[in-house]
Amino acid sequence: MTKIKTVGVAGAGTMGAGIAIVAVRAGFPTVVLEVSREILDRARWQTEGFFGKSVKKGKMTAEQVEKALANWKGTTNLQDMASCDLVIEAVFESLTVKQDLFKKLHALCPPHTIFASNTSTLSITEIAAGSGREDRVVGMHFCLPAPLMKLVEMSPGLKTSPEVFEQAWEFCEALGQKPVKTKDSPGFILNSLLIPFLNDTLRLVEAGVAEPADIDRALKKGLGYPMGPCELLDLIGLDTQVLLCAALYEATHDPRAACPPLLKKMVAANQLGRKTGQGFYKYEQTTMFGG
Amino acid sequence: MHHTVIPCGISRSFPDPDHPLLKSATEDGEVLLLIGDQAGQTLKTIQNLDQKKAVLLELGTECLGLYTGEHRGEEGSNILGFARFRLGEGEPSDLVELVRQPKTPAEVVKVGQEFFERFGLEVAVCLDFAGRIIDRLVRPYFNDALRRLDEQLATAEDLDKTLQMGLGYPEGPISLLTRTGLHHHYDVTQELFETYGEKAYAPARRARIAKKRRMERDSSCTMDGTKGDP
Repeated sequence: MTKIKTVGVAGAGTMGAGIAIVAVRAGFPTVVLEVSREILDRARWQTEGFFGKSVKKGKMTAEQVEKALANWKGTTNLQDMASCDLVIEAVFESLTVKQDLFKKLHALCPPHTIFASNTSTLSITEIAAGSGREDRVVGMHFCLPAPLMKLVEMSPGLKTSPEVFEQAWEFCEALGQKPVKTKDSPGFILNSLLIPFLNDTLRLVEAGVAEPADIDRALKKGLGYPMGPCELLDLIGLDTQVLLCAALYEATHDPRAACPPLLKKMVAANQLGRKTGQGFYKYEQTTMFGG
Repeated sequence: MHHTVIPCGISRSFPDPDHPLLKSATEDGEVLLLIGDQAGQTLKTIQNLDQKKAVLLELGTECLGLYTGEHRGEEGSNILGFARFRLGEGEPSDLVELVRQPKTPAEVVKVGQEFFERFGLEVAVCLDFAGRIIDRLVRPYFNDALRRLDEQLATAEDLDKTLQMGLGYPEGPISLLTRTGLHHHYDVTQELFETYGEKAYAPARRARIAKKRRMERDSSCTMDGTKGDP
């Protein structure tokens, strides 16, 4: 039984909006923080769209959706996070941005509030440093798209107290997610393996070894992967892959984590994947979560 | 379109003699398949290859150019390489990697592609590089997963679970390699490492151990009856 009652989600981009959907769907009153009302409106619209689809698919009733949406509260005021028992940050993948946010939240939130970071590449210990509550910071990395993927990689920082980690773990299970424990290591499990793999794919395309469609077909049919790596890159967003590469490369100096030239070119050409309607493939729908 | 099959040793792509592709072969087909681990050597002994619409040559980890020769990047004929992707001791998949060369005519590639598709196989076309598509991409990832296991990033179960749940993979890398033979992973990565000289392909420690134990077991010199990684 989780002690967490009220949840805060900082950031309403693709990840933050998705995490908030998971939280309100599980019955947690959730405060969603963003810098602009426009981004919040878009996240709300995406959330309604996702739940609308869930009703159509028979996964939720209209009453359940109504309750979930009533739990969703958007704000641009940091003060509104003061009542949260746990805050999950899903802001820009920058150490200083995340450290700064937690420092501000530390000044606002009660001492029992747990800070969770959805970082996919940065060190939990480093994010926690200077927050004022290093023992109450955990890594809680959701997978994209969060409302559909059950996996959450959970990592304690060097100073995270075992009790806090346990509380966060219980909360994660209360969300209906499936946590796995990893060390606080760059990219944790998923991204430490996935980012170089996707870069290798880009280099294969760049070298003309095969067309993206052939690469995707090979991996799907040969190994039973549900998506090919080029399809996955389009879903993640090529610009996001650039950021992930930068963060992982900075932490590891692994040459496979370095951003391939083709990736930079595609981003320069605004071929970011699904979000811009063009990546390795063309798309007609550019909304998140099918909303 | 009729096809002829010439068996040339042990085939990793078509180990089942009852496969419809083998059963439906005729004497004088327009498409010629050379299957088995000696396919490349056999190719040199066959006359009038240019009269075929396509000659499909089963490859191992090697390049097609080894048998056709290469010249200034202008190589390409009616000879295509192919292999059904297969991990170690696992069953062959329904994916055929079809290898073309820079100047292989598009119509030859089309013939090869449509031929395999007639038998319910899917085709991914690639240029003539060692490791083709799948091995080239997944072997470094498998190496990484094995290294992460050594570093105790997570348990083998959690590593597998993460890839299965996070990316929807049907089986995690540790389980997959254990099931299909870590020593096979060594064989493939060692070849790729020799070809490309890139650290990412260097066989992971666990694969080296598995290979050494397998060699010792096969030579029957130090067989101790203990169980380890297959």
